[in-house]
Amino acid sequence: MENLLAIIIGAIFVNNFILSRFLGLCPFFGVSKKTKPAIGMGISVIFVMTLASIVTWLAYNLILVPLSLQYLHIIVFILIIATLVQFVEIFLKKVNPVLYKSLGIYLPLITTNCAILGLALLNVQESYSFIAALVFGISAGIGFTLALLLMSGVRERLELSKVPKAFEGLPIAFIVASLMSMAFIAFSGMIQ
Amino acid sequence: MTSFREFFNGILKQNPVFIQVLGLCPALAVSTSIDNAIGMGAATIFVLLMANLIVSLIRKQVPKKIRIPIFIVIIASFVTIASLVMQAFFPPIYKSLGIYVPLIVVNCVILGRAEAFASKNSPIKSIMDGLGMGIGFTLALLLISVIREFFGTGALKFFGTTILSTSIEPAMLFILAPGALLVMGLLLALFSQIRKKKYETTCCDVK
Repeated sequence: MENLLAIIIGAIFVNNFILSRFLGLCPFFGVSKKTKPAIGMGISVIFVMTLASIVTWLAYNLILVPLSLQYLHIIVFILIIATLVQFVEIFLKKVNPVLYKSLGIYLPLITTNCAILGLALLNVQESYSFIAALVFGISAGIGFTLALLLMSGVRERLELSKVPKAFEGLPIAFIVASLMSMAFIAFSGMIQ
Repeated sequence: MTSFREFFNGILKQNPVFIQVLGLCPALAVSTSIDNAIGMGAATIFVLLMANLIVSLIRKQVPKKIRIPIFIVIIASFVTIASLVMQAFFPPIYKSLGIYVPLIVVNCVILGRAEAFASKNSPIKSIMDGLGMGIGFTLALLLISVIREFFGTGALKFFGTTILSTSIEPAMLFILAPGALLVMGLLLALFSQIRKKKYETTCCDVK
């Protein structure tokens, strides 16, 4: 139980995927200009991360390890993730067109999102159990969404404020992310 | 001779990190020391070069609809090779790069070049493009890591030998995550000032 709590706090705050591991920086800067798309992207990422964590864990531990084909994990993981995203897209389109309309545009972005592949690789590196991988997947998604939402809130206000000319656009976003990352470092005392 | 244009294009005019703002994850995550930057740069050059070459060789046989999955499998194969070679011959660097070696697969620079350049150009041109982009990426990584290592540890080390040391008090911040974002933000602002052009978008923009 304590172990799972450490995983949750670790994935959301201490080792936040964006602000401390730098996984998924492109969508972080690309989608954080407004709050609404940030929420849509966040929900999609939580959903896909949870699914991807489960499926890649099963594939690695039930197929690759018994056949001692671990060296193929990079190819297998990226194919699983690409197929999974495609599958979710088709499924959503068929079952819930309204939801598809609001989340569909974010799904292609997720395939090449290093956060998802990073999650699968971290599951292997930490040799998590199935439950731990599931919890890690969900909390990593929540951590991603939290950082994205905080950033989009700041950037909406940045639009209205005067920024030195050279810093307009991306450079000031990096500086803001740096300050946020500093704040998140403060959480590092929470777990050993 | 004309392929030299492709080569230099990637280094300065179309630099993947500072002009196109691609491949941010590895550029920021592993730029804590010069050694890491060189290790990551070498692996990326290898994958970029080989992926560009193979994609360009098979560009006429690949059906348009399934080209992206094919490119991804080619890239993933070369990343696997690079990762196994590093694990066998350079274990310390492999260990300090960690999951960022397998993550070269999702470096948008590589898929981007396969899609935008190698799938439309001859093998020779594609090799030059891959080399240029790879070296451009490595130089960008080196620039970030020199700044971070110098201010974060107060000295510059190159595979164990100290090449520069000062008595200034090192600021740990630069080695930690916020330092990477801070240095990148300042460098982008500097380049924006020089180029007189605003940086607005990354590869993953949603309208």
